[in-house]
Amino acid sequence: MTDVAERAASPGLGRRIRRVFSDRPVIPLLILLAILMVALEILRPGIVNERWIANTVKFAIPLAILAGCQTLTMLTGGIDLSVGTVATLAAFVVSTQGMDGGLAWALLLSVVPAILIGLANGIGVGVFRVHPLIMTLGTSLIGVGFLQVYQRTVIATGTKVPDPIAWIGTGLSGGIPNSLIVFVPVAAFILFLQNRMGFGRLLYAVGDNERAARLSGVIYWKVILALYVLSGVLAWIAGLVFIGLIKAPSLSLVEPRVLPAVAAAVIGGTSIFGGRGGYTGTIVGAVILTVLTTLLTVLQMPEGARQMLFGLIVLAVTAAYIRITADS
Amino acid sequence: MSLLRRQAWVVGLLVLLAALFVFTRIIQPDYGADGFGSLVRAALPFAFAVAAQTVVVIAGGIDLSIASMMALTSVTAATLMDGAGEPFGIVAVAAVLLLGLVLGAVNGILVVVSRVPDIVVTLAMLFVWQGAALLVRDAPGGAASEWLKELIVGTLAVPGVPATITDWVPKALILLVVMLAVVWIPLTRSRLGLSIYAIGSSSLAAFRSGVGVARTRIIAYSIAGLFASMGGLVLTMSTGQGAPIPGPYLLASVAAVVLGGVALTGGKGGLLGPIIAVFVLRLVRSDLTFLAVDPNVTTIVEGTIMVIVVMLGALLAMRSRQS
Repeated sequence: MTDVAERAASPGLGRRIRRVFSDRPVIPLLILLAILMVALEILRPGIVNERWIANTVKFAIPLAILAGCQTLTMLTGGIDLSVGTVATLAAFVVSTQGMDGGLAWALLLSVVPAILIGLANGIGVGVFRVHPLIMTLGTSLIGVGFLQVYQRTVIATGTKVPDPIAWIGTGLSGGIPNSLIVFVPVAAFILFLQNRMGFGRLLYAVGDNERAARLSGVIYWKVILALYVLSGVLAWIAGLVFIGLIKAPSLSLVEPRVLPAVAAAVIGGTSIFGGRGGYTGTIVGAVILTVLTTLLTVLQMPEGARQMLFGLIVLAVTAAYIRITADS
Repeated sequence: MSLLRRQAWVVGLLVLLAALFVFTRIIQPDYGADGFGSLVRAALPFAFAVAAQTVVVIAGGIDLSIASMMALTSVTAATLMDGAGEPFGIVAVAAVLLLGLVLGAVNGILVVVSRVPDIVVTLAMLFVWQGAALLVRDAPGGAASEWLKELIVGTLAVPGVPATITDWVPKALILLVVMLAVVWIPLTRSRLGLSIYAIGSSSLAAFRSGVGVARTRIIAYSIAGLFASMGGLVLTMSTGQGAPIPGPYLLASVAAVVLGGVALTGGKGGLLGPIIAVFVLRLVRSDLTFLAVDPNVTTIVEGTIMVIVVMLGALLAMRSRQS
């Protein structure tokens, strides 16, 4: 008798868990994050402390901002692979032009390439209908060319990261990373945009069904143009935080973080085909990837094995996620 | 007429390539067989990367891990041949080609089994293969058999054919054509080739007409892996060693595929267009060098050309869809 009751209850419970997970996709991600942190604590007892958390947050923030660019563009079925170049450009300009104390001038100057590349992406994707992957890779290549040319100036004049930027990137105030001053407003803005603003709704509409959106009067190219310029500006912010954190501008400053940023958005539950997902999951995804990197470093594996595990875990999490949140 | 219409894109590319050769000759009057030979050699790894991308894109997917697979197969080849005798080279080549096939099959199986979009799976596998390459060899090194290196150097003298003609047929070009043809021609003539095009244009329609969609997708990725391993071998052959860091083949392969008239939505295009596109892009690069443009500025010009080309291509595609 109890046997029958148990058998009847167990699938019900399973279905209820599934429903909670698919309604609130952040919950399984937070569970995964907790598991990773427990694993880290077991491997290296005492590592999870206040300083470690502050450090993790510091490194997760620029990644989360870059992943914000991916989340927003992915909502429309796009992607922005030029963010690495945009961020590196920002870092280069700020650390060479900010020397004479003209920080405002340096900031103004460094946002120009970000907006230009964003405009080019937006025109290519929105007006000419080039595939976003190709368009952003192409503008990224052009940006890298400019970086290589500019690098000679950098070598000739030397670089210095302006103190306020370094303070934001690396500083702690009472144990809390200063970069939160940048990140909290940025994250709040993205979340507000995606949930409350008309523009955010347009992104979902365009990504979910472009034809329906057009027929409802959405002017596609305007939405896309604004989106990619916004993405460029976000990448600019990420670049500033990065250079404050790393303090040594190089061509490969941000580039290796671009694909992890895409992975963070994907792990966070944003569909690469558009119309589904959001920034909350992405933030957790970025933290998960940062903790995962620490975990793999603590395991003292060779670099190659670390990269392999990183790729496999990203794939496994995404696959599991798709199964959990699938409409059953 | 319909053939010309169907091949219009390829014909256009050929005209563009010819115009570029004329232009090269004007700015560099002594550009001749030697220049062409080094152009082909420089284009080889790109050509194989593009061939790999083409197969996957026609099948309606995309493979971001091609450059990593090339790095992995290249270091494997260089490590296998390091210190081994000359005849062992042939075993190494066979092993590496098989490895490429397996790597591609793994990509394909994961795409099918995980139900995760292709672009995400191959993005993850990019890290996996790159990591594996670093495990095989953490710094550039290894060796290649001499006869293998000879395969892409110089020209092939054919008795009875005047040297003025054979000078223009570098061994690298023969290798490229033979390797691609051996895989591609039987493929397009077979039911399998048709299935690849079918799942690319509409996997649902293909499924309803009895095509094994999952199986065909795995095979398409395997062929891409095979082409990528040829690219890896060519890298080892031309440098005499293997480097674990993937080269700049991702953007180049996608750009050449688009420039070559293969629709990223799948089901359209062939292999000839993308291969000609590779030569167009490489020739533009060497022209810029001849014009004494700063190599760093070259990257800017090259990127701008690629962006303009894909924009025009997209514009043309849009026009033809509307009319």
